[in-house]
Amino acid sequence: MKNSWWKILSVVLLIYTVIGGLLLEVPRLVIIHESIRALYFHVPMWFGMVFLFLVSVGYSIAYLRNHQQRFDTIASTFAHAGLVFGILGIITGMIWANYTWGSPWHGDPKQNGAAISTLIYLAYFILRGSLDNPEQRARLSAVYSIFAFAAMIPLIFIIPRMTSSMHPGSGGNPGFNMYDLDSRMRPVFYPAVVGWMLLGTWIASVRLRILQAEEKILDLEYEKNK
Amino acid sequence: MKKISSLLLLIMISITASSQQEVEMADTMRSEGKIYVVVAIMLVVLAGIVAYLVSIDRKASRLEKKLDELGKR
Repeated sequence: MKNSWWKILSVVLLIYTVIGGLLLEVPRLVIIHESIRALYFHVPMWFGMVFLFLVSVGYSIAYLRNHQQRFDTIASTFAHAGLVFGILGIITGMIWANYTWGSPWHGDPKQNGAAISTLIYLAYFILRGSLDNPEQRARLSAVYSIFAFAAMIPLIFIIPRMTSSMHPGSGGNPGFNMYDLDSRMRPVFYPAVVGWMLLGTWIASVRLRILQAEEKILDLEYEKNK
Repeated sequence: MKKISSLLLLIMISITASSQQEVEMADTMRSEGKIYVVVAIMLVVLAGIVAYLVSIDRKASRLEKKLDELGKR
């Protein structure tokens, strides 16, 4: 638990999110009513996912630049944690949509885009699982990871804005237009985003250390058998 | 007479409609203080998950230490 100030910061921000998110004033809007508070928990899932995928694709590029197995492990771990955030984002979105839009799946462009990008990242792990040679796996999955990230950006951020989507900030409007009108939500929303990003990094880092320990065991066994 | 009564009805409807402009929120729940129950439950769940994550983190540290010792041998 050395250098763990950011872990503590993450916990503090998340505690604040729960308290502030439920108790502080929010705009009174029809249809969504009190469920507007779901914004503090649903949207940070997506910010967390994009952040973790960004770290992942960064290490994928780093792997392709100089072939270090370590970078491949880091890239896959962050993609793994990002996928968890994406699935949570879809589930929370479906619950919220059922309440405000009338059904859990509306074929909303952003909803479909999010589902497709989640499937693309699922395929990343299928690709990894289907290759035995570690170097081949690292190289192919690094290339695929860049493709997956490049596909996710238009699917989530561009296409929903070009068509009409029921998500706020869609249909040609810049994102968060609706909430820009109400600055009461920002003091909770931004800390929530940072808090979840840090928690995701924490979870990924623990998984990474376990995977690295596993690799070390394999190395030790290899040396012993030499 | 019928016209006047229907006009009155229309005015009444519009008055009640305008008074309902106030968006319904969980104000009763808040004033009764029950919202703190929800806050407490969510904080307990969060605390439990974080405590579990800390224990896994520590376990990973112990594993790393053990492996370092094994590697030196």
